[in-house]
Amino acid sequence: MTAAFELILCLMILGTACVALLVRDFLAAIAFFVVFGNLMGLAWLALGAVNVALAEIAIGAGVTGVLLILTRGRLLALGEQIDGNPLGHWLNLGAAVVCSAFAVVLGAAVLSIAPDDGLAPVIDRLMPRIGVENPVTGVLLAFRAYDTLLESFVLLGALVAVWSLAPADAWPRAPAALRMTDPAALNVAESFGRLVLPIALVVAAYLVWVGSDRPGGAFQGGTVLAGGFLLAAMGGAMGLPRSDDPAFRWTLVAGPLVFLAIGLAGMALGRFLAYPEGMAKALIVTIEYFLAFSIGVTLALLVAGPPVRAETVP
Amino acid sequence: MTWVSVATGLLLFAGVFFYAAGTVGLLRFPDPAARLHALTKADHLGLAFIALAAALEWGSVAIAAKIAAVWLLAIMAAGTSAQLMARVTRQDHSDEP
Repeated sequence: MTAAFELILCLMILGTACVALLVRDFLAAIAFFVVFGNLMGLAWLALGAVNVALAEIAIGAGVTGVLLILTRGRLLALGEQIDGNPLGHWLNLGAAVVCSAFAVVLGAAVLSIAPDDGLAPVIDRLMPRIGVENPVTGVLLAFRAYDTLLESFVLLGALVAVWSLAPADAWPRAPAALRMTDPAALNVAESFGRLVLPIALVVAAYLVWVGSDRPGGAFQGGTVLAGGFLLAAMGGAMGLPRSDDPAFRWTLVAGPLVFLAIGLAGMALGRFLAYPEGMAKALIVTIEYFLAFSIGVTLALLVAGPPVRAETVP
Repeated sequence: MTWVSVATGLLLFAGVFFYAAGTVGLLRFPDPAARLHALTKADHLGLAFIALAAALEWGSVAIAAKIAAVWLLAIMAAGTSAQLMARVTRQDHSDEP
């Protein structure tokens, strides 16, 4: 039964990936990409990696899907020809060869890891010392905190890159308003947005809190928060901030800054990002809450796009 | 075979049946409004049956409450997106000559 389920899942993942790559209609390709992401999430669940499954579905399928659909809308607004296959055959073939080679190397690397590589016992022995029970959180925020710190700055860098696309005379205005223009649609979106935003806040706080002992965490919570912000903005319940609003800018950098500050404070103990004995969990949860809030605002603003000249431009 | 597993099986069967009905409707119905109708109503009835089956399988009130909350959010999201999509399709139609 399980083997049959996993086989069907694998076939569906490969099938949706092929359709997403080969279908000529851009919107259909995005739809299949989102389905592919959700199926990948199921596969991670089947492997017992609930943290990865949450992140894959929320960020890999959800946020990326929204960004792709918005990209399509903006390209169409520019009058670009985006459907069909603009690349030449040789370029396609080259891309296929390079990607296949990469997949083979990646597969070989993953398969070369022995199931008992000795890392799991090391982590298990160290986990009690940081007071966190979810090993993924332990790895992300204690043993490999350096990677997570850099990731949080990468996300900030992505927003800076999006902002740098703003026309010179639009800076530092707000991004194009997300609120619906049709009054009846706005009415529907507003009631849903007003309902969802508080729920998203609670769910995000819960996901971060539960992340120290069970699956969850800052990125998952932040994505839920971003979804709540965006729905509220689409319903007109929330406006988008100007890019030079100081409170808003502090919100964006709060997560990475708190992380960096705690990491630097660890240097007083002898090592960058070292937590003092007995305080590790409190510090990790503090970092995660600030990170989740910053990630939520950053993701929402990534979807909203660069500042625009007038309020009404779509 | 306990009555719980029988009930779970029946609920799962009912859920899959409504999902299948919704999918057939999505594929066969003639216009967007009817297709949305099939997607949102039949599918979420199917989701309700599967959620009930899952809650019964776990047999814990706390988990059942969480599953109920997920189902409520799903139907509200479906209702909202169906409304918005129906409006978009109607506007597209009224734009046609």
